[in-house]
Amino acid sequence: MQKNIMLFVVLLLSVSMFSQEDLQEVKITKKQKGIKKSYTLTGNTTIITSKELLKAACCNLAESFETNPSIDVNFSDALTGTKQIKMLGLTSPYLLIAEENIPSVRGASQAYGLSFTPGTWIESVQITKGAGSVINGYESISGQINTELLKPLSDIPFFLNVYGSTDARFEVNTHFNKKLSDKWATSLFVHGNARVAKNDMNDDGFLDNPLGKQINVLNRYQYYNPESGLVSFINFRYMNDKKQTGEVDFDKDTDRGTKNHWGSEINTERFDVSTKIGYVFKDMPYQSIGFQNAFNSHNQNSYFGLNIYDIRQNSFYSNLMFNSIINNTKHKFTTGLNFTYDQYQEFVNVNDYSRIDNSVGAFFEYTFDNTDNFSLILGGRVDNHNRLGFFVTPRLHMRYNPWKNGVLRVSAGRGKRSANIFAENQQLFASSRTFSILDNTGKVYGLNPEIAWNYGVSFSQKFTLFTKNAEIGFDFYRTDFKSQAVVDLMQSPQEVLFYNLKGSSFANSFQAEFNYELIHNLNLRTAYKYYDIQTDYLRGTFQRPLQAKHRFLGNLEYETALNDDKQWKFDYTFNWSGKQQLPYTASNPVADQFPDFSPSYAVMNIQVTRVFSPVLEVYVGGENIGNYKQEKAILGATDPFGPNFDASVAYAPIFGQMYYAGLRFKIK
Amino acid sequence: MKNLILITMIAFLGFSAQAQTKKNKNLKYTTEVNGNCEQCKKRIEKAAFGVSGVKTASWDISSHQLTVILNEEKASTTDLNKAIAKVGHDTKEVKATQTDYDNLHSCCKYERE
Repeated sequence: MQKNIMLFVVLLLSVSMFSQEDLQEVKITKKQKGIKKSYTLTGNTTIITSKELLKAACCNLAESFETNPSIDVNFSDALTGTKQIKMLGLTSPYLLIAEENIPSVRGASQAYGLSFTPGTWIESVQITKGAGSVINGYESISGQINTELLKPLSDIPFFLNVYGSTDARFEVNTHFNKKLSDKWATSLFVHGNARVAKNDMNDDGFLDNPLGKQINVLNRYQYYNPESGLVSFINFRYMNDKKQTGEVDFDKDTDRGTKNHWGSEINTERFDVSTKIGYVFKDMPYQSIGFQNAFNSHNQNSYFGLNIYDIRQNSFYSNLMFNSIINNTKHKFTTGLNFTYDQYQEFVNVNDYSRIDNSVGAFFEYTFDNTDNFSLILGGRVDNHNRLGFFVTPRLHMRYNPWKNGVLRVSAGRGKRSANIFAENQQLFASSRTFSILDNTGKVYGLNPEIAWNYGVSFSQKFTLFTKNAEIGFDFYRTDFKSQAVVDLMQSPQEVLFYNLKGSSFANSFQAEFNYELIHNLNLRTAYKYYDIQTDYLRGTFQRPLQAKHRFLGNLEYETALNDDKQWKFDYTFNWSGKQQLPYTASNPVADQFPDFSPSYAVMNIQVTRVFSPVLEVYVGGENIGNYKQEKAILGATDPFGPNFDASVAYAPIFGQMYYAGLRFKIK
Repeated sequence: MKNLILITMIAFLGFSAQAQTKKNKNLKYTTEVNGNCEQCKKRIEKAAFGVSGVKTASWDISSHQLTVILNEEKASTTDLNKAIAKVGHDTKEVKATQTDYDNLHSCCKYERE
């Protein structure tokens, strides 16, 4: 009898496996959407598939959000060459950025972390606006971004991508995959990129984008045994990234530490090991246990002119969770424990800010789903952190479908974090500003932890307009800071001040979105965004610097029908950014001043892809084809060691237009 | 000898009877339920979830297969079939009454066998 049951289960499992394969096959032939907005998930979540990622020029994770309305991408700045992202008007430290649900961009990696994940490694990205789930931690305030990498068991044996652009950047991505047995598979990803030539298009004597070299290797193993219900991932990763920027004439071998020429180098070496084990209970597909562990060592050595900044972070993260149901699958829960340990060795010039942070926490998240038109996720966690103390983090998400193809969502939640003021604001080292921390009683660089509440409401509706599919959406979010580590650039052009918020600080964001299939296979995506982000500074209340109040995004995509496995794809993106508050510089000599507000500007990107066969595709494109450039990129460029030097204010592209070409080669 | 056989038989019967009374807490049960559309799916699953002991329920529109995981200590598969029929959907085991069928929304009026 037992044998029969076993056979039956095996049969069932194999049947379901077959049906899964069938589904995937269907997916390939069916047109896949680049951005999927769910009408059934509880959170306001958008899923970016790998198809959407192919639209960006060259990809690392930081560059993959350009066509996505939920996330604002700024152009890469001259100093770091990395694109910074914002959600609801708040920069990435206020987001929880995870890789396969393990928090990845945090602490020391905050400034450049997103550029350390090559785009070709990514299977999909889930973006949740608002508070988010409590499972991965308490730090997220305005949103969560989770990246899923390609899975070894479903990956193709070989993939090659090469890329080159007119700003002298070259990239190579190679993926190798091997099925070791019917249950084990492994992938090896090797990424290299380099910028080999010096560019100074605006003739200010400074590089427009850094010289760089990166080598990034990931080896991952996947185990899946449907009979026992065991699933596992093991990842090993090594990354080495070197950047050099500053004056064109700067020679790192002879000019470092001198006033001959101003220059900067940022060198990062990183090592990661992570494991994941999951077990699905026999005959109970709704019950499972997961155990994740991650260790990483991040070591950044850098100097910016005469400022020296070194940070090394050794982290350990562990998460044990249990999923099950109460009575039936309409009532699900996830509960578990987290442990985080961070050892920082941080040096700002001669000051030593080394420290150890650790926290333990327990969480419980309840999900109700009436399997029809209503669902709710109520989560809470308690944590004990050596600097943040003992605290409770509640989060709530609700979804209601009032009628067909309409979805209304509400969310509220609290987040708390310690601001890594130097790591998060390290672009300010590229200036003559002195760094001053005005408080000294707090436990994080003398400052208090940041605490914010986030509330949001959103509504989306799909409908048909002149027989074509259309979609309209609105959302409004508010982030209210109860406590904040204020970064004050409004006091003096020679100073940056850090202090505890006195008064109020909030971020309101409103977004309206309209998507329409203009004609068959021609899709239009548009979004207007309004941000009102105010903080009480010492000198008064101002909009957060370098944040546009109004933004507009438009994207047009067209694909021809697959003909003999051949296809054309066209993509055009238009990004308009309204005027931005700029840091205070009115006390400088007139030549070294910025106006109070930047001008508005538009950036346009275009890409054409030719699919020759399932094996080969070639793409060419242009970024910023309107050739918009920031008028004055650097203050005091003629006297970089003088009092008015500031290379940290980047509100628009500095390089101007850039064209690129690349190819993708796959063996299936 | 006769006694021995008898004893063995009784023991055997007793054993199998015991095996029968041992109820499965996580019985995976699949059966065909007649229906048409998304609305039927919601109704059928709602009815299934209404039976105590049903832990998961999902009905597939194209194959008409209803798959549930049932705690047999709380309800039997017959209880489940009856509950589905009560909302107007015929199952392999239990047919819906004419009035229950007539109460269905027009798009859900599947062809009865």
